[in-house]
Amino acid sequence: MTHSSTGSSNKRFSGMWSNLLAVLLFVVSSTVLAQQVVPDTIAQRALACSACHGKEGRAGSDGFYPRIAGKPAGYLYNQLVNFREGRRQFQPMTYMVDHLSDAYLKELADYFSDLHLPYPPPQVFNAPKEQLERGRQLVFSGDQSKNVPACSACHGQALTGVAPAIPALLGLPHDYLNAQFGAWRDHARQAAAPDCMAQIIGRLSPDDISAVSAWLASQPVPDDSAPAAALAAKLPVQCGSVPE
Amino acid sequence: MKRIILFIFAALILVSIAMVGYQMFYDPGSDQVGMPESSADQIARGAYLARVGDCVACHTMRGGKPFAGGRAIATPYGKIYSPNITPDAETGIGAWNAGDFWRALHNGKSRNGEFLYPAFPFTDYTKVTRADSDALFAYFKTLESVHQSNLQQELSFPYNQRPLLAAWRSLYFRPGSYSEEKSQSAEWNRGAYLVQGLGHCNACHTGRAAFGSSDIKSDMAGGMIPILNWYAPSLTSSTEAGLGNWDQHSIADLLKKGISEKSAVFGPMAEVVANSSQYLTEDDANAMAAYLKSLPQNDGQPDGSDLLTFHDVTAKMIPGAQIYVKYCASCHQSKGQGVASIYPPLAGNRALTMQSAANPIRMVLNGGYPPSTEGNPRPYGMPPFVHVLNAEEVAAVVTYIRNSWGNHAEVVLPTDVSRFVGTPLE
Repeated sequence: MTHSSTGSSNKRFSGMWSNLLAVLLFVVSSTVLAQQVVPDTIAQRALACSACHGKEGRAGSDGFYPRIAGKPAGYLYNQLVNFREGRRQFQPMTYMVDHLSDAYLKELADYFSDLHLPYPPPQVFNAPKEQLERGRQLVFSGDQSKNVPACSACHGQALTGVAPAIPALLGLPHDYLNAQFGAWRDHARQAAAPDCMAQIIGRLSPDDISAVSAWLASQPVPDDSAPAAALAAKLPVQCGSVPE
Repeated sequence: MKRIILFIFAALILVSIAMVGYQMFYDPGSDQVGMPESSADQIARGAYLARVGDCVACHTMRGGKPFAGGRAIATPYGKIYSPNITPDAETGIGAWNAGDFWRALHNGKSRNGEFLYPAFPFTDYTKVTRADSDALFAYFKTLESVHQSNLQQELSFPYNQRPLLAAWRSLYFRPGSYSEEKSQSAEWNRGAYLVQGLGHCNACHTGRAAFGSSDIKSDMAGGMIPILNWYAPSLTSSTEAGLGNWDQHSIADLLKKGISEKSAVFGPMAEVVANSSQYLTEDDANAMAAYLKSLPQNDGQPDGSDLLTFHDVTAKMIPGAQIYVKYCASCHQSKGQGVASIYPPLAGNRALTMQSAANPIRMVLNGGYPPSTEGNPRPYGMPPFVHVLNAEEVAAVVTYIRNSWGNHAEVVLPTDVSRFVGTPLE
């Protein structure tokens, strides 16, 4: 590389040099701080997840990346395996977990499951009253005429999920909820057979789905967001992901 | 005049028929005698060889039963679905005998004599010995039978016409065997046999020429993997992944653990390590390493014409450095030195400075974890940045890491990045 510069560009270059110098100083100073030993922890190993799922798995900046912190470990593990085996389809997720062992996925699931962090307040959006009422009704009572059980019958009366494998329904972004309902309907999202969610969502009309996701997305998460320890009663349907 | 045209026409037809006929009936090696017994030893050896050949990767679809086929292999000519090779009589290879199996590996023909598409790497497998072929077959016979019909190929015309493969075979395929290099050690020869044969490293590491051929050159000089859009580096160039100045131990580590002090595997090679090379015996991993290390090294230094000018350095490097400090340095360290066997070093890492910037761009976009292996069961990972950085920022940071700490390579432009943003990940 030659340094033959004309007089007219000397000024420009000196400006650039000082910029470069500033960056170099920054780099050098951070070198001194950065000579750390990499922590041999699962938290350090899980850092790759935070780019999308937010710091400590608290949810990403948009509706695509759900919160993973504090969800039941069995549920998180099932989802990781489902991505790896193609039962859930989101290429960037599948790509991340493609060659990770069951034991390691279990460890990652346990790690995020044990993070109990406060939830932000729910999104504010203006859904019509009747729609919210229909949503609330479906969530807590279901619709017998359609053979649809109440969401709360499986996901817990507080809708915070049930250990070890049933997820919470609160604290999820509206867009994410809608996307999941759509994916279940189109069989793009599947679970171990018998696939209870696919059966139930197949019986809901588009209006029902909008109502449920609008109501769910507008609810605050209770202070005690931990999943229930056990089911209050037998599941109303058979689910492959929930061993009886 | 009419007569001449007629003559040329007739000659073309005759040559075609002769070529198809020749390819149909030419079956060298069919006289080699098989090994009749099916001892536990032979089956165990076959299971190991199936790992070495990475058969499971193509012959299993995501979430499907092992070896039952159905995985789509995307090619520039359309999709080819791998067949069921479990011992189901109707849909698998239950009706095959060891001779049929040997012919598939050695001559690239199905049991009924149909030509197989070269997506099946018979151009490499042709070097597998009859004894190893029989061991593989004995192992496949012990698999759980899965009744799963093969899917129709989705190739465009004329590639969907199997008889036309006669022409491809005439141009690009010669059945062969591995001939020992007497001047080399037994270890080297074992490595060469595995790399050139079952390991089918050529399938990716030799660039594809016309009509998807890779066999004639077999030079492992690197190339873009069609559709997948990863660059399989040259194994014979010291500026790419040429292994001449690596020690044998680091090469064997990379194959068995998926990570070495110098680098980590990613993209398609992560799949190879996960399904295949992590299971190599120490001896075989060392043998392959010894052979790969000995390949002739071309010192293909970039010619300098497209390297950074002084103006580029200041214009491109400052934003790149800022992005690096913000997002990359906490793991790869501020001087790109990385952390041995955890976060690969970027300084002096040839995966970054190859002429093709495809791999570093995709690493930044997609992130990823190296595979879980026995030697590295809980790998550290890299986050994807596709939704964090725009094309200009990715170009800046890749340019920066390609030109810092002694690295030297061409500038990456935002347009180079954009073409990989939507590239499929599987």
